[in-house]
Amino acid sequence: MTTVINVPPSLDDATFEQVLDQVAEHPADARLLVDARHTRWASPFGLTALLTLAQTRTERPSFTGPEAEETASYWARAGFYRNAEQVYDLHGHVPRARNGGESSVLLEITPVARSEDVHEVVERIQQKAQAILVRELNLDPQATMRFAMTLSEVCQNIVEHAGRGGWVAVQTYNWKQRLGRRVVQIAVCDAGIGFRKSLEGAHARRMTDRWDDGMALEDALIRGVSRFRDPGRGQGLAGVRKYVHKWTGKLSIRSGTARIAMVPDWDDDVPLIERLADFPGAQVQITIPERVAAR
Amino acid sequence: MLRQAVCDLYSNLVTRPTGAAVRHEIERFIGERRESSLTVIDFEHVGLLDFSCADEVVAKLLLGQVTRGATGEAYFLVRGVRDVHLDAIEAVLERYGLALVVDLDGTLNLVGDASDGERRAWAALNGLGRGRPREVAHALGEDLVSTAQWLGTLHERRLCMRLEDEYVAISEPT
Repeated sequence: MTTVINVPPSLDDATFEQVLDQVAEHPADARLLVDARHTRWASPFGLTALLTLAQTRTERPSFTGPEAEETASYWARAGFYRNAEQVYDLHGHVPRARNGGESSVLLEITPVARSEDVHEVVERIQQKAQAILVRELNLDPQATMRFAMTLSEVCQNIVEHAGRGGWVAVQTYNWKQRLGRRVVQIAVCDAGIGFRKSLEGAHARRMTDRWDDGMALEDALIRGVSRFRDPGRGQGLAGVRKYVHKWTGKLSIRSGTARIAMVPDWDDDVPLIERLADFPGAQVQITIPERVAAR
Repeated sequence: MLRQAVCDLYSNLVTRPTGAAVRHEIERFIGERRESSLTVIDFEHVGLLDFSCADEVVAKLLLGQVTRGATGEAYFLVRGVRDVHLDAIEAVLERYGLALVVDLDGTLNLVGDASDGERRAWAALNGLGRGRPREVAHALGEDLVSTAQWLGTLHERRLCMRLEDEYVAISEPT
């Protein structure tokens, strides 16, 4: 029997929880059809997390894409179908990406598994980042390089810690209703071992110590703990935190059953959510808003 | 002066493996020399330097030379850096409590972790170019004991050179 998993009309980091809540009811070898026919919009997080979802299944799932032509076409230009055919059995109409590119897609969905992939991601992002970050988001010219550094560090988390490949995507949006400004979003998702397993054994713990996904995320993001004993480790995420704070951006990491966030003034998210549906690996999202002149 | 390019492969210095490869090449180069050496690391053609790579190329390189006590003393001068490079370099130096001499637009700076006394002694020595502790103390307006201690620490940290009873500021080779 195949279970249908309904993808919500608008798919982002928050609504992806609806997908995970449905999936959590079924064992990893259950047959799933991920149905995105009625989806009209997806963030980079939504798209990369959908790919990651397939990775977590032992039985290769099926996928049906958006019926809305504009949405499907956009997903194709963002590189979703090209990657999805590696992990899903695709059903229905599969649009082909046309040349010309999508101006809002800073970096189409790109697999990340090895250090060489990080080099490629950094090379590609630099070509488009200058125009968008400086001219459209009013960030200072140095931001282009720091943005690429941020991207490099979050992608390296996959290479160094996940134990398997993941995906990265970067896109700009006009968040008129939510923020009244343009934003750029980075999503980096993998279905690897996640923060808790990665950090287990990093430091001797008493059996009575609290140790769960939330604690692991706090250790990594707030205390800069790494599974490596090398004191130089953990600096990447610390650097990312610093830049995101400087840009009044938002950083969130979901791993296992918890999600931690550095929440800026413009957002009303909570810093730590626990007891979510279990989802392997780590899913990182960074949102950087357009800079507005101080009044 | 010997000149060697160690990272033709990438214009962006990102990822730990890349940083480790560059560091190993520099270490190999230094290791081939028995005498003391000054290595100038030029970032002019480096686009991006991320934190992980800076940790490998800069911090671990310095740490190895400062703590291992290699046969010949190895000194380093970094040049060609931009603000974004400095972000990463400063972060990794501070992580380990290290410091480094950096040429910023033609002016030498002590970047990273150093006490106020060390910074002042370094600046005074840099102004003199070379000098005995007494001369540096005079330039600083400080007592000889403290100045000698700061200079000794700077030398141990490979932030200045020592030739018999004189200390020599690290500067661009001519």
